[in-house]
Amino acid sequence: MSYPLTREQYLDLYYYMQLNRMLEERMVRLFRQNKIVGGLYSSLGQEGVSVGTAYALEKKDWLAPMIRNIGALLVKGVPPRDIFTQHMAKYTSPTLGKDGTSHFGDLKVRHIVSPISMLGDLIPVMTGVAMAGRYLGQKIVALTWIGDGGSSTGAFHEGLCLAASQRAPFVLILENNQWAYSTPVSRQAPVKNLADRAVAYGIKSAIVDGNDVVAVYQATKEAVEGSRAGDGPRLIEVKTMRMRGHAQHDPADYVPKEMFEHWKARDPIVRYEKYLTDNKLWDQRQKAEILARIERLLDEDQKFAEESPMPPPELAEEGVYCEGCHTIAADWKRSKQEVTPPNCSVEAVWKVENFGGLEPEIPTAKEVAASGSNGPPGSARSTVKNSGHGAIAPKASEPLAEKPEARIPFGRGPKDKEFRQAAENRSYGRNPREKSFQKGPQGKSFGTNSQGKTFNKNSHGKPFRKSSHDKPFVKNSQDKQGGR
Amino acid sequence: MAAITMLEAIRQALFEEMDRDPAVVAIGEDIGVYGGAFKATEGLLGKFGPERVIETPIAETGLVGAACGMSFLGLRPVAEMQFIDFIACCFNQVTNFVAKSHYLWGAPVPMVLRGPSGGGVHGGPFHSANPEMYFAHTPGLKIIYPSTAYDAKGLLKSAIRDNNPVLFFEHKFLYRRVKEEIPAGDYTVPIGKAITRREGRDLTILSYAAMAHTSLEAAETLAKEGIDAEVIDLRTLMPLDKDAILASVKRTNKLLVVHEDTRTGGIAGEIAAIVCEGAFEDLDGPITRVTALDTPVPYAPPLEERFLPNAEKIVAAARELAKY
Ligand SMILES: Cc1ncc(C[n+]2csc(CCOP(=O)(O)OP(=O)(O)O)c2C)c(N)n1
Ligand SMILES: [Mg+2]
Repeated sequence: MSYPLTREQYLDLYYYMQLNRMLEERMVRLFRQNKIVGGLYSSLGQEGVSVGTAYALEKKDWLAPMIRNIGALLVKGVPPRDIFTQHMAKYTSPTLGKDGTSHFGDLKVRHIVSPISMLGDLIPVMTGVAMAGRYLGQKIVALTWIGDGGSSTGAFHEGLCLAASQRAPFVLILENNQWAYSTPVSRQAPVKNLADRAVAYGIKSAIVDGNDVVAVYQATKEAVEGSRAGDGPRLIEVKTMRMRGHAQHDPADYVPKEMFEHWKARDPIVRYEKYLTDNKLWDQRQKAEILARIERLLDEDQKFAEESPMPPPELAEEGVYCEGCHTIAADWKRSKQEVTPPNCSVEAVWKVENFGGLEPEIPTAKEVAASGSNGPPGSARSTVKNSGHGAIAPKASEPLAEKPEARIPFGRGPKDKEFRQAAENRSYGRNPREKSFQKGPQGKSFGTNSQGKTFNKNSHGKPFRKSSHDKPFVKNSQDKQGGR
Repeated sequence: MAAITMLEAIRQALFEEMDRDPAVVAIGEDIGVYGGAFKATEGLLGKFGPERVIETPIAETGLVGAACGMSFLGLRPVAEMQFIDFIACCFNQVTNFVAKSHYLWGAPVPMVLRGPSGGGVHGGPFHSANPEMYFAHTPGLKIIYPSTAYDAKGLLKSAIRDNNPVLFFEHKFLYRRVKEEIPAGDYTVPIGKAITRREGRDLTILSYAAMAHTSLEAAETLAKEGIDAEVIDLRTLMPLDKDAILASVKRTNKLLVVHEDTRTGGIAGEIAAIVCEGAFEDLDGPITRVTALDTPVPYAPPLEERFLPNAEKIVAAARELAKY
């Protein structure tokens, strides 16, 4: 299926790719002037991926960028000044200087989850976002990216296993830029396409030319809408190339020169300019206008960032806990009655569909030998059917064994009984039947004195941690229910 | 009203909170049809259905990450670790994602991570852990470790209503071994408040979870010897009720800290520092520790008994301390 774009949208894609590139070019200059506090990562040559994927999302959808997805943030409406100030650790940055790079989010307006450095962790988190969105009836899709390198993490695997089992409306863009720091893909994974792994999770996948922004957009749009319609999670591998070192400090000497040249000839912006011209989607005047608009915006935002102050030192002590600063309220787009039986849209029945074992259609070893292959195309799997003695097939009609009395691990059974008896006889046993467990020394019922003794000041005379719990608790909990 | 176990109290808290607020959902392994390894979620699926009682594959990083993501949309997920030992598998999600979100980018994570913990039941080295201090060391998390049915219910409710990520440790030795009558209807117990279980003049014993009971037992023995011990149950390790600790030490002038966690890096060390900073002049004796050994939790009963603190060990340490 193809999703037609208007002329305006075609020019939008160009605008965001150029904004992405020109913003990063400026940051390289700022880095050389020592105005960037930490590291600087380049997405040069990958702008088509960030922009084409994010452009396929609706406003209500959620995304979580990786470090090379600044373009996606721009598409979501993040102003360049947020990127400048984040890198320069300014007080005016979205994290007030507490974190750098693209590590910031926006729960309320733009629906962006902040990444953390640990690769792969966003995959389960965005799966949860997708699940919650579905639960609340919001009809959203959650999307995030992962590098070729990050796709080897456990979190990638767990996240996709979970997303697949939940059929979550979740799209994962596997951004294969050929390198994970200094390690080429070929030394990370002996598979031709990383997307082939989708088969193992039982989810649909696609492979797309990452340096063709329109192709990226189309593939993502198809996945996003399929996933939104209940098709389960999707994996898209985009093939692209990291055109700089891992970060500014890395000259990338390990990359063959010819490889850079190969990909330079496929630069996504140059290619797209030609596409726009060939398809008569713009003229030179429009191009000049777009570039001038970007320069003006970047001038203004860079100035803003450079003139912004650093955060005040005492900020370091603030914000570890939410002490009433946030109102937490879910945005329900379906009736709350619908989530719980009997109105619940999913039936609480788990049927065992088959009894496992080998499916009859799987060929025997002999058949495999005769045909030379089996399993899904391209897989190296071979399956050996049982060697002749009869299989033990349980009958579907057999009644299940009666439900035994509830048992808990280590809680019951002869071993535990022994233990309890021994503990009772032992002078140091923790036997609850002894008096001290039930009653306090004053004969008060043990433990029900929820007020206890309260001490409001510590030795420094300051209230210990400005906690919401210093207030009378019952009142406080009601406050919370009302949503602060 | 009949007395109920701590396990039942926890189950009741989950029921009542899910009933009260459809934003509360349960997520974990085998928590639905089976009702959880310890049956803490038994009956939840039937009442609240599979959209709210979410069974997952065996993927701790996956399910804790997902709970975190759900909380970003305003849900209040309660995630279960089948055994708290497996929290090690999602350590990164908990300490780097969940704990830091509010500080770094202002995103509260109102989720609860609960599970059976603790030893004394011959669970062996991978089913007996007390990993609370890995997390007490992580700014951004709250840590609760109750010792009674009443507290378990009231504190779990507080945890679910809290806007911060709360780790809720359920001592499996206590699950079915402590029982008490608890009031009908809704009540909460405040997070961050210790409780005095026994008042005394001669020394303070600070403890929590199963060891709160053992400490009380030791206090009874000490009383027969003329040593009047105060026993305080911390209930919450983060935030720690420093005021209650200091006030008691200022009265008794001697402090014994008892925990089932291993010795090095256990909360006793932290409490010792707090008391030195806040009540040094009031101390009449060395701050003393009775803790588990610095070893993994061994399996065989004689080994585990050697490993764990018990009333005899507490009494012996208290006697020495009382001599000052
Ligand atoms: C779990 C984890 N291990 C190691 C690192 C250090 N690290 C940061 S980026 C990177 C390479 C990532 O490669 P890839 O996933 O392909 O992303 P790319 O840099 O190519 O965009 C490494 C090893 C990390 N951030 N997280
Ligand atoms: Mg890479």
